[in-house]
Amino acid sequence: MCLAVPMKIISRAGDEIVAEVDGVRKEASVMLLGEEVTVGDYVIVHAGFAISKLDQEYAEETLRMMEEIFSPEDMA
Amino acid sequence: MKFQDEFRDKGLVRNMAANIRRMAKRLTAPVNFMEVCGTHTMSIYQYGLRSLLPDTVRLVSGPGCPVCVTPVGYLDQALSCAADPRNIVATFGDMLRVPGSRSSLMEERARGADIRIVYSSLDALALAKNNPDRQVVFLGIGFETTAPTVAASILEAARLGLGNYCVLAAHKTMPLAMEILTADPELNLGGYLCPAHVSTVIGANAYKPLAEKHRIPCVVTGFEPADVMQGIEMLLAQVLAGESRVEIQYSRAVSWEGNPKAQRILELVFEPCDAVWRGLGNLPGSGLTIRPELAAFDARKALKLAAAEERENPACRCGEVLKGKLTPLECPLFDKACTPETPVGACMVSSEGTCAAAHRYGR
Ligand code: SF4
Repeated sequence: MCLAVPMKIISRAGDEIVAEVDGVRKEASVMLLGEEVTVGDYVIVHAGFAISKLDQEYAEETLRMMEEIFSPEDMA
Repeated sequence: MKFQDEFRDKGLVRNMAANIRRMAKRLTAPVNFMEVCGTHTMSIYQYGLRSLLPDTVRLVSGPGCPVCVTPVGYLDQALSCAADPRNIVATFGDMLRVPGSRSSLMEERARGADIRIVYSSLDALALAKNNPDRQVVFLGIGFETTAPTVAASILEAARLGLGNYCVLAAHKTMPLAMEILTADPELNLGGYLCPAHVSTVIGANAYKPLAEKHRIPCVVTGFEPADVMQGIEMLLAQVLAGESRVEIQYSRAVSWEGNPKAQRILELVFEPCDAVWRGLGNLPGSGLTIRPELAAFDARKALKLAAAEERENPACRCGEVLKGKLTPLECPLFDKACTPETPVGACMVSSEGTCAAAHRYGR
């Protein structure tokens, strides 16, 4: 029941959004979100509510760190 | 960026595992890291992450599955609501098979009780709108991730003046339970992979007292395999440096402050109370109860339910599994008397339960 997945917003009308992941679409409410979100943004959806907006810059930084710290040169 | 596949890259995970093994050579004693979130437990089993780690870095599963920590007494209260033909009980699907002291919601439904599975508290609210002559009782369980969604449904019911919607609330809050486990000498925890989605709401600051007072490293970690590996790496780095800080690995979703709007809605509806956790017992101040002003939406008051009585099945070792003291395979009932079809304990029911994960993915 704790399932929460990153989904892409594909439409929004008021507090209601439709979001999609792997071709599955779900309706959700953005009632609990403090930040503004629009079509194309990614949010974490849990039990019918968007609870957090995903930050592209931080995501890329995390990936960069994963790759940098663990690059083959570093494995010597 | 799809925020998913990128963090499941096998090569990335393998490289990180090699780095962890190399770092672990500098350890002077084995370390135990607890993953508190059921989603972490699932990910660790699903991607076989344990087998990638050296023997000196042990992962233990904590009480992070809300269904699993829900005590028998709560189930019995839910069953008594279901027994009244005037009520519709609305619940998340995972609760259906959880055994109460005499029966489960699944069995009651087979006997004709009106029990509906919903995906969201708003679906339960819609049931109340569409069935004005019935009382809808929503089973509100879950941690700080779920509690605001249930709070929102109560505020909405109040706004609409709905008199036939109420919540049987058993929400729990995480940091306090973690504090109690930290103090357990038998567990000897060396660090926490702090829950990902709970932290989107409460923020990473919530773990500062834990890191400072109990000197235990805390890393708020995402749930994809590469996230979990990076979380472990960050914990190891702290252990090797003799530090105990809060760090955020899952920065794409979690901030230090969390989600203030969700926190505000949660606080409008709930206040702290004592709560019984299956396996951990009564932890003062670790639960959330509906504020007296909103008593009309509190199933215990609106339906005058009898107080919960706790009687755990003595054969079930869930308590020790939830505290990370026992692995599912060490429970004599595991995969014998206790399977997902015939669960003895709640840890076998929820897909995030440690026993269910062990059953599905093997070791
Ligand atoms: S295997 Fe079943 S009885 Fe044993 S601890 Fe797990 S849920 Fe409880």
